[in-house]
Amino acid sequence: MVTIPMTPELLPAANPVTLLDPAGRAVPGDGPGLPGDDVLATLYRMMVLGRRFDTQATALTKQGRLAVYPSARGQEACQIGAVLALRPQDWLFPTYRDSMAVTARGVDPVQVLTLLRGDWHSGYDPYQHRVAPQCTPLATNALHAVGLARAAAIKGEDTVALVMLGDGATSEGDTHAALNFAAVWKSPVVFFIQNNGYAISVPLAKQTAAPSLAHKGIGYGIPATVVDGNDAAAVYAVVRRAVTAAAAGTGPVLIEALTYRMEAHTNADDATRYRSAGEVAGWLARDPVTRLREHLRGRGLLDEAAIAATDAEAEAQAAALRQRMTTDTRHDPDDLFRYVYAEPTPELRRQQRELAAELGRSPGGEG
Amino acid sequence: MTAIAEQNRGLMAGSAVTMAGALNQGLSDALSEDDSVLVFGEDVGTLGGVFRITDGLAASFGETRVFDTPLSESGIVGTAIGMAMNGLRPVVEMQFDAFAYPAFEQITSHLAKLRNRTRGRVELPIVIRIPYGGGIGGVEHHCDSSEAYYTHTPGLRVVTPGTPADAYVLLRQAISSPDPVIFLEPKRRYWSKETVSEHGGIAMDPIDRALVRRPGTDVTLIAYGGALATALEAAEAAEEYGRSAEVIDLRSLSPFDDETVTASVKRTGRAIVVHEASRFCGYGAEVAARLSEQCFHYLEAPVLRVAGFDIPYPPPHLEEYHLPSVDRILDAIDRLQWQETAALVEVAG
Repeated sequence: MVTIPMTPELLPAANPVTLLDPAGRAVPGDGPGLPGDDVLATLYRMMVLGRRFDTQATALTKQGRLAVYPSARGQEACQIGAVLALRPQDWLFPTYRDSMAVTARGVDPVQVLTLLRGDWHSGYDPYQHRVAPQCTPLATNALHAVGLARAAAIKGEDTVALVMLGDGATSEGDTHAALNFAAVWKSPVVFFIQNNGYAISVPLAKQTAAPSLAHKGIGYGIPATVVDGNDAAAVYAVVRRAVTAAAAGTGPVLIEALTYRMEAHTNADDATRYRSAGEVAGWLARDPVTRLREHLRGRGLLDEAAIAATDAEAEAQAAALRQRMTTDTRHDPDDLFRYVYAEPTPELRRQQRELAAELGRSPGGEG
Repeated sequence: MTAIAEQNRGLMAGSAVTMAGALNQGLSDALSEDDSVLVFGEDVGTLGGVFRITDGLAASFGETRVFDTPLSESGIVGTAIGMAMNGLRPVVEMQFDAFAYPAFEQITSHLAKLRNRTRGRVELPIVIRIPYGGGIGGVEHHCDSSEAYYTHTPGLRVVTPGTPADAYVLLRQAISSPDPVIFLEPKRRYWSKETVSEHGGIAMDPIDRALVRRPGTDVTLIAYGGALATALEAAEAAEEYGRSAEVIDLRSLSPFDDETVTASVKRTGRAIVVHEASRFCGYGAEVAARLSEQCFHYLEAPVLRVAGFDIPYPPPHLEEYHLPSVDRILDAIDRLQWQETAALVEVAG
């Protein structure tokens, strides 16, 4: 008689991990402890900067400076908490909604916005900050994270790959394949699902019948946690714990962060067609930035002057970004042919000459 | 070590080699020479692959470098991309042509584009080996000629060997290439044999060059992969009818070697493209278009295509009607307006 192992330890706890309640009060629990004061202060500052970056990017779409922008406003605790929990040697595999996370990792915001500005498909060097290009096709980046992490393990490197996914992406086949490969290979991967309630317009109830997205973990033999995704302290602590576990060689970890997309899918979307103002307002009361600010203020770790200073820093950063984004970029048509193969093929060189002739310029030179 | 691996150690001069053996040797040599090379896929480890191309490799190189994966083609290619981003050179196997389709998104949206997306910062030296084509009595989903899906995707190299020795050469070059390579293996030629030249072993012809496999003067037969042997046979038969056919083995389907092919067609004035894949929007359409663009004034007749019909690949008992045959190629040669040209010559004379 075969005995099927019971593995309740792989299931998420009945309640999401929460360290701070919506009013910013510390919640006692047996989960991970509250991060240190320095970490909390950094989380707050980075969330303020991140939110201002995000609202600035949305504003840039209205000025025609960005082709499109998928906002992460409301998801700051996820964007910042997950990234700050990574070590320098770890890798981040972000999606198109994770621009804020990418800037938090240290990538120049103008380089981050290169994609959405329409200048090139990605504007930064992935190896500089260990951030893969922001991925537009859903869930495909999860497999890249697994492969990179497996290669790191083969090479004996102490590197963890964290991949960001949305709730919609969990319906894609590549999420399944990536969870399965990572589990079989025991690869050091953290699957970080930001469940923001909607895949464009489709609510979670039409996406899955699973009790939670974290419940998917047990089917692969992966331990899973649900965390309050608007609690930056909890996100940081849970991701940090997962990174430590993955680095120790125990295999992948799945985290579902419960959050909410305050804006429409992108500036081109109309969210009033599929969700109510009341629902959005309900989430305003759970705002991640306010929550951490109130916590820090309550503990005397943040005063009005410090709050004002951080706000001023965010304004200055937004102004600098605005200024840099209003400069027109010079585009070189020869770039079209440069990076298709290691060396352009004879056919590409011909096509490059064709275009140059059409434009009345010499290829590789000025017109 | 089992039969296949033993059979062809080193493609030694004067030895007889099968295409399967040559591929096995190519993988083995690449694994020996470069620690960053990995071989993985479905059943490629312990079993040695369903066609035994990876026979003995897991035993020789260990399960860290040659291993079985879970059954997901998208998973295989997607993780290969991540590994290549971290400095490894994966050589992965798709078990059959049609079973590679689940990996299509990873291949077209990422494998082919990451270099471009990152302005050359991310290089993906990955080889995807795909046994393709029919002629083996395979049931549905085991006989597709899927080359055009890949050749239509910028950023990929697509190569296919037509002879055993060239399978070794192309595979070694594909593995060394800094570009991702779709490596199409004509499975019906896996067991065809070739005696390696006595003089100096094999020539490492460049990965992107077509080769004239048989010189001729009247017509150029352009073929690749599984159809190459058929074209060569047809050229022999045509000789008996007084037609001298030159046979070109394309080897590299993308990029396309215009120089070699147009030089031949300009000499012969007639051309036929031969492939198993369906005709409509098939690879031959591109070849015919290029020849009419580049050789129009040299052509004595329209460029013809001998290709599979525009049907889903047929069941085993019907595939003989579908595959390009020697007779079908000879018929096409007959249709190349020889009389009309002769008449023109008479008038001119």
